[in-house]
Amino acid sequence: MTDTATTHHDPLQEAYTKNVFGFWVYLMTDCVLFGILFATYAVLHNNTFGAPSGKDIFDLSFVLKETIILLTSSFTCGLAMIAAHRLETKKVIAWFCVTFLLGLSFVVLEVTEFAHLVDVGNSWEKSAFLSSYFTLVGTHGLHISVGLFWMIVFMAQIARKGITLVTLRRLTCLSMFWHFLDVVWIFIFTVVYLMGVS
Amino acid sequence: MDIPKESLHGTFNSYLLGFILSLVLTLIAYFAVAEHLFTEKVLIITIVGLAFTQTVVQLFCFFHLGKETKPRWNLLIFLSMAFVIAIIIGGSLWIMYNLDSRVM
Repeated sequence: MTDTATTHHDPLQEAYTKNVFGFWVYLMTDCVLFGILFATYAVLHNNTFGAPSGKDIFDLSFVLKETIILLTSSFTCGLAMIAAHRLETKKVIAWFCVTFLLGLSFVVLEVTEFAHLVDVGNSWEKSAFLSSYFTLVGTHGLHISVGLFWMIVFMAQIARKGITLVTLRRLTCLSMFWHFLDVVWIFIFTVVYLMGVS
Repeated sequence: MDIPKESLHGTFNSYLLGFILSLVLTLIAYFAVAEHLFTEKVLIITIVGLAFTQTVVQLFCFFHLGKETKPRWNLLIFLSMAFVIAIIIGGSLWIMYNLDSRVM
């Protein structure tokens, strides 16, 4: 990975390409998982069984805050990747720290929302609508939490090893994961919250 | 260190463009619903259209799907995934609503 002449068949470069492509394929299968949860939600969302419907429990301005936070974190994650390709280790860590804090505040807001719903008696046990809602949004929140943990691990690794072809490859996968979760959130925001209220 | 040619990464401008467009599309969808700008049917078509537009924006600006060189494996896998999802969601809704209207 130093200044030796690299041919097209450099094993590290091949590993890079294959890994990133493999991760993309994983993301697409994850998309199918979310697709199934969306289908479940779409089928069950009217079955409120006497419990409140989306109109009664969703606070749109609160969810807009979450949406903007997550979108901004996707943007700062992109800025971190630009720095990574320029091999500016400190900038990478700084931007990922910003991304991490934004992601963390997103999770905190979501947990607050869930805790409030459970507190007032609208837990997942109440109706098919609430079960599918908690499953869909909770699965997304779980992905975000895993992404946050992943970020901490990589920040430690980059602080020690700097940006190499191997750490860059891992960062690329992490950034794809993070952008992917923002795309999933667009649909949660639209299908669950906006359509639930309108 | 040589970064592989296949490594797709954006410029600052492409990320900024993606961010601003996504923000605008999100806000339009939010205010359309909050202010009840349209009747319910038109409203739902509008916000779903905005969501798909935002997805395309992010695929180009954040995932750089348009920059991929041939053979476009990433795009191909993406399209087959979209096909599978369309069958799952469309099929589930079709079957379940049909069943619902027959049973009720």
